[in-house]
Amino acid sequence: MERNQLHRLVALSRQPLFDQGFLDEQFLQLEELQDDANPNFVEEVVTLYYRDSARLILNIEQALERNPLDFNKLDILMHQFKGSSSSIGAKKVKAECTFFRENCRAGNGEGCIRTFQQLKKEYATLRKKLEAYFQLTRQVGPAETACRPK
Amino acid sequence: MSTASSSAAWKAGDVVPDQFPAGLRVLVVDDDPTCLMILEKMLRTCLYEVTKCNRAETALSLLRENKNGYDIVISDVHMPDMDGFKLLEHIGLEMDLPVIMMSADDGKNVVMKGVTHGACDYLIKPVRIEALKNIWQHVVRKKKNEWKDFEQSGSVEEGDRQQKQSEDADYSSSANEGNWRNSKKRKDEEEEAEERDDTSTLKKPRVVWSVELHQQFVAAVNQLGIDKAVPKKILELMNVPGLTRENVASHLQKYRLYLRRLSGVSQHQNNLTNSFISPQDATYGPLSSLNGLDLQTLAATGQLPAQSLATLQAAGLGRSAVKSRMPMPIVDQRNLFSFENPKLRFGEGQQQLSSSKPMNLLHGIPTTMEPKQLANLHHSAQSLGSMNMQVNAHGGQGGQGDSLLMQMNQSQARGQILNESTGSHVPTLTSSMGQPVLSNTVVGGVLARNCLAENGMTFNDSHQNNSLQSNLDVGTSVLSHQGFSSTQRTGQNRNISAVGKPMFTAGDTTDHVNAQNVGPINTFFTDNSVRVKSEFVPDASCETNLFPEQFGQEDLMSALLKQQQGGVAPAENEFDFDGYPLDNIPV
Repeated sequence: MERNQLHRLVALSRQPLFDQGFLDEQFLQLEELQDDANPNFVEEVVTLYYRDSARLILNIEQALERNPLDFNKLDILMHQFKGSSSSIGAKKVKAECTFFRENCRAGNGEGCIRTFQQLKKEYATLRKKLEAYFQLTRQVGPAETACRPK
Repeated sequence: MSTASSSAAWKAGDVVPDQFPAGLRVLVVDDDPTCLMILEKMLRTCLYEVTKCNRAETALSLLRENKNGYDIVISDVHMPDMDGFKLLEHIGLEMDLPVIMMSADDGKNVVMKGVTHGACDYLIKPVRIEALKNIWQHVVRKKKNEWKDFEQSGSVEEGDRQQKQSEDADYSSSANEGNWRNSKKRKDEEEEAEERDDTSTLKKPRVVWSVELHQQFVAAVNQLGIDKAVPKKILELMNVPGLTRENVASHLQKYRLYLRRLSGVSQHQNNLTNSFISPQDATYGPLSSLNGLDLQTLAATGQLPAQSLATLQAAGLGRSAVKSRMPMPIVDQRNLFSFENPKLRFGEGQQQLSSSKPMNLLHGIPTTMEPKQLANLHHSAQSLGSMNMQVNAHGGQGGQGDSLLMQMNQSQARGQILNESTGSHVPTLTSSMGQPVLSNTVVGGVLARNCLAENGMTFNDSHQNNSLQSNLDVGTSVLSHQGFSSTQRTGQNRNISAVGKPMFTAGDTTDHVNAQNVGPINTFFTDNSVRVKSEFVPDASCETNLFPEQFGQEDLMSALLKQQQGGVAPAENEFDFDGYPLDNIPV
């Protein structure tokens, strides 16, 4: 397959991520930071995000098992999670974080649990899509991911 | 406040290295590794020298070890080992470096906390690189302030500078000790405020800035020219026995800040926070003071309805941040000069007003009232006499702490008094207040507009609040304006939370939260570095859009994979990047 076709495929493959609201503009910021000195910057950051967020998810899960629920703690944990997620542009995940926090503030335990399930789903979906995307970009080479719709 | 530059690279002066801001030494503190990594990369892209750490304690020890090793600090608010604000205080105290706070939290309270703790900026996460490109301005600004103070040490503005510097120092120390904030809530607030205030100036009797006095002051300032008006000359022009240069200096400082705020010019953070910022959970001083004036002007014209009084009382009279005296005459003078309202007759009013001590609170009121209205005013105000005298006694030249504290103290009493006087006085004033509404409304409105200059949406609401407050007894309005301010504030709060987002979205990417260090918190939200979660709109010009949209990611992947002869795992599988096979890349 020709290089520019690959190039287009890469660009196309990421387009739905934005169109469908999985990623937002912050992700573009990350991509713009990628340069020759750091050709895999975005992937590195996202990997870091996975590691850190996995830890947070575990903490939240543990906190959700407690009885009674410590909403304050949950809120704090989710605040962290939200911060990380927003920094990589994980739009849907971030939205779920907001819902979760609203439930915390309302003291709605069931709501928290429900939202958290949803959050984990969104997180898993994003992760899958991003990994596919990175797989593609690695094949193509970092220079080919240059075209970014504005 | 150290006049010695904390940067080894350049002196405390106007000289700045050529490559600046490249090479700016930034210390970034965040417990979130993802954010930290991104920030580091962004800062490096801005050509700054970056040191990152994920713990506040580490940051502090780094800073302590190498006091001159950093130009600016960026810190997250929520960190596990130490609260970001505490770190901020430490840095301010020990190293006096500019500190930028960051958080995903964009709530007004948190941002306000940043302001009151002396942060020079507040960034909302996720942080964009554009926000970081301009952080060097805080370093320059700080140096400039220090240099300017240093330069002026021998001049007539010494009193002013001393005031400013000691206020800054007081601010840092008091903020650190929490006195500044906590004192608002304690009963012995007045002593605290006095002490705090007196640390900046020598102990001297409080000056009552009456309408007359302020008018003289403003006349003197205008005669000299606002840029050339120095306390000594102002004092000479005013020729008021017993008035000291320090009094004038202090008043001048506040007046300048007020003028700058009106014109929307960026303020020195310290100055502004020293003079006007109220405690974290209280109202915004300047805003309320302006609103207080609005209330007064509108009250004077019979604009304030009686029924709002209940609201005002309910809103909490004790929680106003309105300075009892300082901002009001300033504001009103501003009326005179900015809007040239011929109907405002100070001469008549001030005689009446200044004759009674309580009236000092009312000097902001445009004197469109007839004498008999003033008599009513007297009547109601005098019933509050003891309270007001207290206010007068303490409101002198102090920082806003005084007025805030006094109001806190007197809130309960006022509530009662307001109850008493409402019924009897409102009707009287309503009937006799035949003043044209328009001019004062405009004045009030414009004032509101000025102070909400950048926040168009909130302005509308506040204006509405203003007009809702008509027909209120002037005397009661004086005291109730605090409540009004609270209402206003709550109104503002609502507006802010509602407006905040849109304002964020409208925000210019290069501006920072404090670019307009104008008092009202509203302006913090207007131009700032809050990053927009704008909807991602594909650019039609990008060739990727030429392809039919039905290509999903999986389709593309399979299309790609078909091209290859195995080797690459299907997209749907989870795999470890480390083990990613790089063979079979089609060329």
